[in-house]
Amino acid sequence: MNLAYKIFWAFISLGVVTVWGLTLNGIVHKIFARVQGRLGPPVWQPFLDIIKNNSIRTAISHGVMFYLGPVFRIAGGIGTYMFIPVLFGSVYFSNFSMSGDVLLVMYFIFFGQLGMALGAGEGGHPYSAIAVSRGLAQMTAFEVPFALSVISLALQYKTLSITEIVAAQQGSFLNWTLFTNPLAVIAAMIAMLGMNMYNPFSLVIAPQEIPIGPPTEYQASFLGLLATNRGIFGGAKLVLFMNLYFGGATNLVELIVKTFWIYMLSVFVGAAYPRFRTEDSIRFFLKYPTALGIISVLLFSL
Amino acid sequence: METLYKELKQYFDVDEFSVQKASLAFLRVPKSQLVSLLTHMKDIRGYTHLVMVTCVDYLEQDSFLLTYLLHNYSTHCDLGIQVSISRQNPVMDGIHHLWEQGRVYQRELFEMFGIDFPGSPDVHEPMILEGWQGPPPMRRDFDTKAYSEATYSHRPRDHKEPEEYMKQQLYPED
Amino acid sequence: MSDIEIKDNPDIKSELQTPPEPGYSEWRKDENTLYNDGLPEEEKDWFCDARPQKARKSVQVIENFLNWARSQSLWILAFGTGCGAIELRPLVTSRYDISRLGMQPRPTPRQANLIMIGGYVSIKTLKRIVRSYEQMQGPKFVVAVCSCAINGGMYWDSYNTVKRIDEYIPVDVYVTGCMPRPEAVLAGFNKLKELIKAGKAEGQNLYIERFDWYKENQKKVIKDWNMPDYNW
Ligand code: SF4
Repeated sequence: MNLAYKIFWAFISLGVVTVWGLTLNGIVHKIFARVQGRLGPPVWQPFLDIIKNNSIRTAISHGVMFYLGPVFRIAGGIGTYMFIPVLFGSVYFSNFSMSGDVLLVMYFIFFGQLGMALGAGEGGHPYSAIAVSRGLAQMTAFEVPFALSVISLALQYKTLSITEIVAAQQGSFLNWTLFTNPLAVIAAMIAMLGMNMYNPFSLVIAPQEIPIGPPTEYQASFLGLLATNRGIFGGAKLVLFMNLYFGGATNLVELIVKTFWIYMLSVFVGAAYPRFRTEDSIRFFLKYPTALGIISVLLFSL
Repeated sequence: METLYKELKQYFDVDEFSVQKASLAFLRVPKSQLVSLLTHMKDIRGYTHLVMVTCVDYLEQDSFLLTYLLHNYSTHCDLGIQVSISRQNPVMDGIHHLWEQGRVYQRELFEMFGIDFPGSPDVHEPMILEGWQGPPPMRRDFDTKAYSEATYSHRPRDHKEPEEYMKQQLYPED
Repeated sequence: MSDIEIKDNPDIKSELQTPPEPGYSEWRKDENTLYNDGLPEEEKDWFCDARPQKARKSVQVIENFLNWARSQSLWILAFGTGCGAIELRPLVTSRYDISRLGMQPRPTPRQANLIMIGGYVSIKTLKRIVRSYEQMQGPKFVVAVCSCAINGGMYWDSYNTVKRIDEYIPVDVYVTGCMPRPEAVLAGFNKLKELIKAGKAEGQNLYIERFDWYKENQKKVIKDWNMPDYNW
């Protein structure tokens, strides 16, 4: 398959994951609303919000970095996604996974957040700065168990390429990392709770105290871009977790079912639990999940 | 309360003692003795909580009546200490050194009644009425209706007067 | 929005059409520039002194679609000025639940489309309202809840409460009552949605069109004007 063809299919798969990520967002809002006994917004509400935000007639910018914040963010989202094979064995939905490995993907996960931090900082709103510092602190903390779990995986499968990791898990569901290396999976799933920023770890976006977190100053199409990225980035993360720990997917239906249930873990936890303070959540991440991660690394290195 | 009044009587010129109920009483003290009485009440009698400071404008007697309401946490009694000051020269000693929150009441009293408290921090800063230029609005000789009519435009009624309308509806023959 | 207001309220029409004063008043340098007189000298260059410009609309067909999207996704800046704002809390609870209409509260004016004036407006609050309203990115809509915002209500003779909020910012929908029930507020929101879908809620452009008139009114009651003339 030549390169132009590959790029074309990468765009299509990007579109698919955006739509799926945004739909998941809508479903999550619906679920939260039902848990609270409300009807909740329609499932397609995220799409309406994006159209609305992009149709705002005026916009305020605070400088170059302010522009670049959302751009970095969405670049991080797309970058994360582009190096993940979406469907195992499919020539169409494998993006550029032949040229990158899981470390590159982890770097891209970090990259978007950092760009956003710079951009939000230039917005000059004190709440953005508070939220950014909280967010970066928490991100550094949950990155530790996640990185340990990836190291454990690398030791287990003797490779860093995502495609090969998925290939090693094929066959029966007992080959999934979930069953062959459960400690690493638990550590990584807890890290994912932090990544998705639902309830125990939602202080970063703190909907009540520091209104809406880093994007406090972002409006109009900036916000539309950020909301689109939520779909892409959220979808990319889920696909990555599915590939690393749950045996990947060989067709779109399997992908949808698996990512849905992976996401539901953080949603169920989020709907049921109150919130950690930043220092508590950092302490939490550096305690149990990190310990699990270290044990799993030791198990496979001995 | 009665005994408290009798004991206070030995040190201060308190009078006009009135008991409202078992746990609430008022008494009046001359302006010059107010701060020493409040200090006495706070340090010795256990009235450690300043509930509020209010003012009543007695236009006819040409005076403001300030009320300092104190609360005693051990007996759960309230004591209102009243002091009458002249309307022509409304200056009063501050109590912000006794209770930190006193300065907020003093700012408010300055803003609303024009009572000055020399030395009280920020007392001349606007608190609620930012950019107010008229006379202090809570004084009784300030006509708030006339002021409001002169300053803010009124929306005229664009339907019927309710009184007329209901009359026509209910008693059309009158 | 303009023609609705004027059609329904004959008295507003006469007043809205008072010609702006000849020449430039002290807060306007020329056609496109403001003086920002209220600011201290060293802060003046922190703020933009350009006069706001009318926002362009797109082609009618696209605009209709966008208006529909806007009406389906209203983000509220709930400005709890008075007691009427207490009615906003029930609106997000399970009983009334505005989120099913696609509305959600947004705590920052930058991201909100709809500012709710919840009750009486004192001078001190009016200043904040003007500021928040101007910081919103538009098309922006205003819903004023409570009698106090309409004609002063029970504060009709108060020394510190403005009686007609529509002299200071353009209002799209009023909800009467002291205080209105949440159902009434919901009905107000639905009315606003109809207006938006019909393309009649153009408060932002009206504000800029009559910018001089609104500014004169605002400056008349806000005596210590210590903010920029237009808060970007
Ligand atoms: S109309 Fe009634 S409820 Fe509403 S702000 Fe006025 S007094 Fe309060």
